[in-house]
Amino acid sequence: MPRDEYLTDILRRQGISRRGFLKFCSAMASLMALPPGMAPAIADALSKARRPSVIWLSFQECTGCTESLTRSHNPTVESLILDAISLDYHHTLQAASGTAAEEAREHAMKEFFGKYLLIVDGSIPIKDGGVYSTIAGMTNLQMLEDAIEGAAAIVAVGTCAAFGGLPHANPNPTGAVSVLDIVKDRKPVINVPGCPPIPVVITGVLAHYLTFGTVPDLDHHHRPLSFFGDSIHDRCYRRPFYDKGLFAKTFDDEGARNGWCLYELGCKGPTTYNACATSKWNNGTSFPIQSGHPCLGCSEPDFWDAGSFYSPLSTPSLGVSKVAATAVAAGAITGVAFGLYDQRKRKKARQQHKKVSVEDLGETS
Amino acid sequence: MNETELLTWLRGPGLLIAITIFVLGVVFRVIQNLAIGMPENLAEPKGSTFGPGVATVFRRFKFHRHSTNRGYFTLIAGYTFHIGLLLTLLFLDQHILLFKSILGFGWPALPTVLITFSALISIGALFAVLVYRVMDPVRRKLSVYQDYLVWVLTIGPLITGYLTMHPIGLSYTLLLSLHIISAEILLIAIPFTSLSHMASLFVSRWYNGAIAGYKGVKS
Repeated sequence: MPRDEYLTDILRRQGISRRGFLKFCSAMASLMALPPGMAPAIADALSKARRPSVIWLSFQECTGCTESLTRSHNPTVESLILDAISLDYHHTLQAASGTAAEEAREHAMKEFFGKYLLIVDGSIPIKDGGVYSTIAGMTNLQMLEDAIEGAAAIVAVGTCAAFGGLPHANPNPTGAVSVLDIVKDRKPVINVPGCPPIPVVITGVLAHYLTFGTVPDLDHHHRPLSFFGDSIHDRCYRRPFYDKGLFAKTFDDEGARNGWCLYELGCKGPTTYNACATSKWNNGTSFPIQSGHPCLGCSEPDFWDAGSFYSPLSTPSLGVSKVAATAVAAGAITGVAFGLYDQRKRKKARQQHKKVSVEDLGETS
Repeated sequence: MNETELLTWLRGPGLLIAITIFVLGVVFRVIQNLAIGMPENLAEPKGSTFGPGVATVFRRFKFHRHSTNRGYFTLIAGYTFHIGLLLTLLFLDQHILLFKSILGFGWPALPTVLITFSALISIGALFAVLVYRVMDPVRRKLSVYQDYLVWVLTIGPLITGYLTMHPIGLSYTLLLSLHIISAEILLIAIPFTSLSHMASLFVSRWYNGAIAGYKGVKS
């Protein structure tokens, strides 16, 4: 694929019609919460977009994010957008290996200095000098540091890259941190969390970048507001049942069969911001709550350490009963002890009480 | 500390600290009062103490027929607040889940709309008694700093709870955190303030009833 080829040429060659492309642009405008009139502008900008160089670094991760983005469904415009970018380095997907692969990375970093898009999936271990994850003898930390300077923008794909994810979970043996923890404010960082993230969200972020050449509006966690602006709970089709107080109590009771709210089964939808309830998964087929499973809250920081996936948000994340029982016993014992001490004090005061007669008073006056 | 960490801490260690102080403090105060005991009475009483004591605990829930208008206001506002608070606390589904996880058993919930109504009524009654306290010169003079403090501590969980159910402005995570922290502060404050009447009420009422039922000379 020649580097100076236009995006539309690539799409046409892949069998995507102009109509299909415009439909994609309309969907993107809708997903990015842009006015409908922006769809032609997106189409125009994307038509003229040349293939940007993308360096994809995979660190402490399970490759689930790459699986989600590349193999979620049959090739569509979304996945072809991924094909259309010049993926100059992705050690899971690229054919080259060893020295050749690393040379490709170094070459792209040099040739497109200041222009390439850096995509990272996986967290970065920093404990003990970052020895817990290395690629070609280089620590993840060093590889990221080398790539930051020349990047136009950085996209942290998946919860591990965005917030540390599973490797960051207590007790965090490798000292895993997020991309933002390393980059800080040196470069714009877009977090696309999720375990894994929704494919269309990463495509949307790329489409926004290709269209406007800027990063989209972000929330306080650096997530694109257009995809992470609403909670799962607010957009959930089961929300009316929550408002009515109709809950499934187990996974196979009448409530579960009737499609009632999964709050009591531990759904973290109210505290989770993502686009699952609107864009859904597998080509818009379904999402976890629709298939009867509570939301795990995978696009939020530290979701692994937020107590059981199956305990409701209003319940303790630690066992309270034993502590409460111990407190009752301790309160009773100390209460009796202090009560007896007070009794003794009263008795002693009575014993020491000196009676005063009228005569005594006369003597003193 | 991010929002998720804050919520997780409040649902975990924060709740453990609050419940420990609350339970230990309340049990301590009640048991200490009972353990101090009463001096031995050598005179033979005409009546009994236990029965009248228990009867008084319940009798004082009744309206007094000869209340003044101002007395009725206090009674009605007081009852409205307490009933609204207890309905909200004990019959909201999310609260029942909390009690179930601690006590091991639960009970049926009331519809959310009814709980929302009771919470609002309760908040309204609290504002009414505050206005009355401030406007009435006698009550204002009798009020001390702690009276206003416990008002704030009590209305806190009600307002944050309502906002959690109807999020405005802030995220659900932050509102739920605020609700839990306000409830935990209330729990911690109960043993050390006049709010301990939630437990001592029964002891003091019983004692009053017991004295009345004694019908004898105190030696």
